[in-house]
Parts: sequence; C-alpha cells; structure tokens
Amino acid sequence: MTDSARARAQILGMIRKGKASQTPDGQSPDERIDAKRRGTIPARVDKDHAALVELFVDHATALSATVSRVDDESEIPGAVADYLAGENLPATLCAAPDPALQALPWDTRPALTVRYGRSDGADEVSLTPAFAAVAETGTLMLRSGPDHPTTLNFLPDTHVVVLRESQIVGPYEEAWDRLRAAGPIPRAVNFVSGPSRTADIEQTIQLGAHGPRRLHIVLVQDGEGESDGG
Amino acid sequence: MQTTSPSFPSNARQALADPDLQQALTKMKVGFVVNRANAVAKLPEFDTLRDEGRDIKNHVLSNLDTYLERFEAKVTENGGHVHWCRTADEARRTILDICRSVDAKTVTKGKSMIGEEIGINDFLEENGVTPVETDLGEYIIQLRKEPPSHIIAPAIHVPKEKVAESFFETHDQLDADRNLDEPRALVDEARSMLRQKYLDADVGITGANFLIAETGSTVIVTNEGNGDLTQTLPKIHIVTASLEKIVPTLEDASTILRLLARSATGQEFSSYTTFSTGPRRPEDADGPEQFHVVLLDNGRSALLGTEFQDILRCIRCGACMNHCPVYGAVGGHAYGWVYPGPMGAVLTPTLIGVDQAAHLPNASTFCGKCQQVCPMHIPLPKLMRHYRERAFERGLTPGTLRAGLKMWAFFARRPRLYQFFAGLKMRALAAAGRRRGRFKSLPLAGGWTRHRDMPAPQGATFQQQWDAAGGAR
Ligand code: SF4
Repeated sequence: MTDSARARAQILGMIRKGKASQTPDGQSPDERIDAKRRGTIPARVDKDHAALVELFVDHATALSATVSRVDDESEIPGAVADYLAGENLPATLCAAPDPALQALPWDTRPALTVRYGRSDGADEVSLTPAFAAVAETGTLMLRSGPDHPTTLNFLPDTHVVVLRESQIVGPYEEAWDRLRAAGPIPRAVNFVSGPSRTADIEQTIQLGAHGPRRLHIVLVQDGEGESDGG
Repeated sequence: MQTTSPSFPSNARQALADPDLQQALTKMKVGFVVNRANAVAKLPEFDTLRDEGRDIKNHVLSNLDTYLERFEAKVTENGGHVHWCRTADEARRTILDICRSVDAKTVTKGKSMIGEEIGINDFLEENGVTPVETDLGEYIIQLRKEPPSHIIAPAIHVPKEKVAESFFETHDQLDADRNLDEPRALVDEARSMLRQKYLDADVGITGANFLIAETGSTVIVTNEGNGDLTQTLPKIHIVTASLEKIVPTLEDASTILRLLARSATGQEFSSYTTFSTGPRRPEDADGPEQFHVVLLDNGRSALLGTEFQDILRCIRCGACMNHCPVYGAVGGHAYGWVYPGPMGAVLTPTLIGVDQAAHLPNASTFCGKCQQVCPMHIPLPKLMRHYRERAFERGLTPGTLRAGLKMWAFFARRPRLYQFFAGLKMRALAAAGRRRGRFKSLPLAGGWTRHRDMPAPQGATFQQQWDAAGGAR
C-alpha cells in the first residue's frame, strides 16, 4: 500500500469508527444527491419575471455595479461605446470569442477596437456574456469554456457583461437547473456580485482590490414572454 | 516547551494595553455586528435556513465516508487528484511534492485557514519555494511576519499607518516620497505589486469553503478576486481543505451560502463565489492544467461520534468572534493559535491538545452570544464547558503528552511564529511585572496564578538577545 492509500484507509476507518456510535438519519447519500432537494427559497423572489428583472437591477446597482438597458441586441455596441466614453476609458476591449458577441454589428461603432480571446493582463476592458443572473442578490453567473475565458472576468480593470432579460432567474437554484440542462458542469462557474472589493485596511470598503474596479452590465430586453417566469 | 495558548492570560494583558488593537476592536464591534444584524433583518427566512444548514451538516457528518468517496470519484472523473492527509506534516509534504514536480519557484496563495493550520508558508520557504499571499489582509501580515488575528479579516489589528510602514519598507523600488496616507493608496499599491506575481506563479494554492460531493467541485468565497486570479493563472491549482467541508449538492451549498456572507460581513453575497471542477478542459481558453485537492484530517475524524462533533459544522464565518466580549477585548493573537474566538476556544484544544490550550475554554464569559449568532447552531458555550471539565478531570495522560509534543513541533517548524509569540509573551509579562518583579495575579488568570507566583521575565527572549549581540541565525 502506498502512503497515500494507507492514509486514505486510516482516515476512512476513523470516520467509520465514529459513525458507529451515531444514529443514522435514514437518508441515503445517493438518494439525497439524486433528489437535489432545495432548501427554503426566500420569498423575495416570488415574483413575475418583469419584477425579477427590476429586483436584479436594484440589487446589482446597490452592489456598485452599473446597468445600461437596451431594447435590442443591435444596440449593444453603442451601449458599450457610450459607457466607455462616459467613464473616460479607452475604446479598446478584449471580448470573449463567443459567436453571439462576434455577430454583433460592431462596425456601427468604428471607434471601438475589439479583440477576441483570453486576457494576458494588459487589457483594461473586457466584455463577456453572462450565462444567467440571480435576482435574489443581484448576482451574475458566468461559466468557463472554449468561448468563455475565465481570465476576462478577473484581470481587466473594467468588466462589461452582456445579460439578456430572459437569463434572469429568481434564486440560485434556478440558475443551477439551467446550468445542468446545458450540459456537464464547466470547469469554472463564477458568481459575480458587483466589482471586486476589500475592507482589509481599517475596515473601510474599497472597490477594485485585485479584480475589476468597475462592473458594467448591458441588459438586453429580449422578450420576457419566452421565459417561464423563473 | 514553548507554546502560546498556555500564555493566554499574559497575551491578553498585553492586548488590553495596546491602543491600536483596542481601536480596531471597537470599530469591529460597530462594523461587523451592525452589518450582520441588518443583513439578517432583511432575510425573514434566516432562522429557517439556519436549521436547514445545521441539518445538512449533521447529515453529512453521519455519512462522511460515503460523501468523501463520492467526492473523490468525481474529482478523479474530472481529471483531478485527491490527496488524503492524516496530519499537517503529510499535507505539507504533499504540497511540496506537487510544487517540486514542476520545479516551482513561486506560489501564489489565496486566503486559507488550513494553510495557516499546517504552516505551509514557513515550510515552503525553508524548501526553496517562495509563497506569496494575495489576499490583502494576508499580504499585510505576511510582510509583518505575523499570524492572522481574525479568520476573515486577518489584519484587522493593523492600523493604516503600520500598513504604510510595511509597504515603504518592502516596495523599496517605488518612489520613497509617495503618499500612502489613505487606504485607497494602499489598496492600489498592493494591487499593482501583486499583478505580476499572479502571472509569474507556477502554482496557486487556495482553500475551500465547500466541497461538493455531487460534482467533485471545490468552492471559494472572496471579495477581492485574488483567489480567482490565484487559481486561474498558474499551471497548477492546489486546493487545501479539511474533510468536513463537504456538502452533498449544489443546492445544499446554496442554502449554506445564504448564511455565510450575511453572518461574516453582513453582505448578502460576497463579490465572488467560484465553483471549480477539475483542470482545464481540452478546448478551454484558460485555467490550470492540474487540479489537486489536499484533503486534511488532522484530528477531525476523531471528533466524530464524540460530544465535540458539533464543531465540525463550523463554516468559518467569524460571527462568534465578532460578537464575543472576550475576543472584543483582547483580539485574536492572544488566543495563541490560528483559530481565535469561541470557535477557536473549542477547536484549538481539539487540534493541539487540551493541556496546551486549557486556558482557552475559560476565555469566555458564558454570555451565550456566540451560540445565538452562530449560523450553524453550534453550542459553543456547552463545548467549552466540556473542555473545562476534561481539563480538570484529566491529568497529563500519555495522550496529552503526545499532543504537547505535537505543539512543540508546530512551533519548531515556524521560527517566525515562535519568535513573535515568545516576544509578545516576554514583553507583556515584563511590562506587567516590572513594577513588582513578581506576579500575584493576572486578569483572566485566576486559576493559573492562584497557586503559584510567577517570576516576571526581565527583558528580551534568548533569540532577541542573541540577535542583538550579532549572533547569526
Ligand atoms: S462557530 Fe459558528 S459563528 Fe463561529 S465561525 Fe463557526 S460557524 Fe461561524
């Protein structure tokens, strides 16, 4: 037996010894995992979809994220360019190589320079799509993948996220259901609530500790009718 | 045999006389406490969720073997590795071996209490690997060569002027006349100094708030984003986690996450909650090539089925210390080991031996506030009382002697920590006793000094005298 196998056997042995003196609670671990039972869902998300969208926006802005809303995805390049100009930021960004982002009419804003790929640490602004968003706390759900480099979520100073209204759900559990329905769990799932922050110096909150100083959400109206209301 | 938990009374006395610390603790009482109360008031379901959180952990603890095996199988299926470690020493060696396999020069680290518990930084450094703490608080105490004084705010005891002092000293390549008066300037400087370190590191080490049996995922909860940079950029991601961190499903993690940030900082959710599942996939644009989970027991499995099992539900939120009148008076360093406050008073004797930490379960007014705020319903006062009874009933048994030796070994491997606490202890005792040369009583130490007078130490520790005399180390 290798050292590691011996350690494993001994730890499991200790656990089983301790277990012997406990009364089992009658739930089998396998059944429990398969059931994926939800705990209590806060009543604050018990709303129709339009109200959830507003709840998400309220929570996200309370966390110091900014939100601009557009009626149609063709307006995304304009919203991004206007945001960057308004913040006095460079009109250059590194975007996730996501087909939907690449298909946007970027030529309508020729002053914007868009590069696609992962971040190497030199980019000041990134643009990524969201997978979902949780109205309960104003939290974005982002996932890694060939078209979704994780580095874009953390290295640049300014992170711009494209979110469609139909991607907004009430609680985290709805977001998990959508993720499971979309295939195997990706390597990284990032829940992002506002920009990076720290209170490590004298307990005063400062934004932009190591991750992005600014989080901007471009919220696209895409016909909430297609949503199931949650 | 040098330890520092045994000198809790003198540590405490020194702490009470430290104006910087007292100011920080006063701020903490208004900050954390008010923020938590506000967050809880905004979630009417909070108490129901506490019951559910407790039930999830109790269920896990009574099926821990099955959940760990399931977790391991999933990690392996995803292309990662699980390393089972009985002791701190096994965990240190495992981590070093992984670092050596890629000839690592520097390692970035996200905040991890397990990292503190096993003393990974000193060990890596002794073996030629440079650890760089990236959480701002951890970075500050690393520069100051101190242990953390709070489990979620490790540098809570350091005023901004002292942070600036450390930055001027360490970042000596920068303009010596720059202005570091404000927290903003300090945060920006740390940000820019650490940028390149993330990109250069060969290995990134993080802790884990949860392990998910369903998917084989590990979870970190942070506000700064440092943990994500630490685990995304290097070739290798090592997760250090103790085995009770496991929960069955993503749903169960979500239930407990509703309790964690609210109890810790009063946030509804932390800025970043990340679920990591294995190394990068073949088509992925970025992420680590290797994913290792170092699974630490270090005495925890022996608590199962005992009266101390309940402490294994702890999610390290820090609420018990934020609300504790004793922690609020003396801060974290006085407790003398990595875990302070009520949870530390229960966990420390468990991990380092009741003879070494006998004072800690006494460091309580038994006001019950910790149990009232604990999101996992851990009966902390009751557990402290168990220890008091045990310490009283048991003399030095072979078991506690072994624990004492373990404690000595812990400090022997951490010369800096040893010097820090030995110095702290000497200064405190010297200051308090110089007037009389001898102690009759110390605050909080009735039981200790009642039966013996302690001679007051005069001046510096042996190592400080040796250094002052130009001795080489
Ligand atoms: S004992 Fe309870 S209150 Fe204290 S850190 Fe652990 S979970 Fe939080």
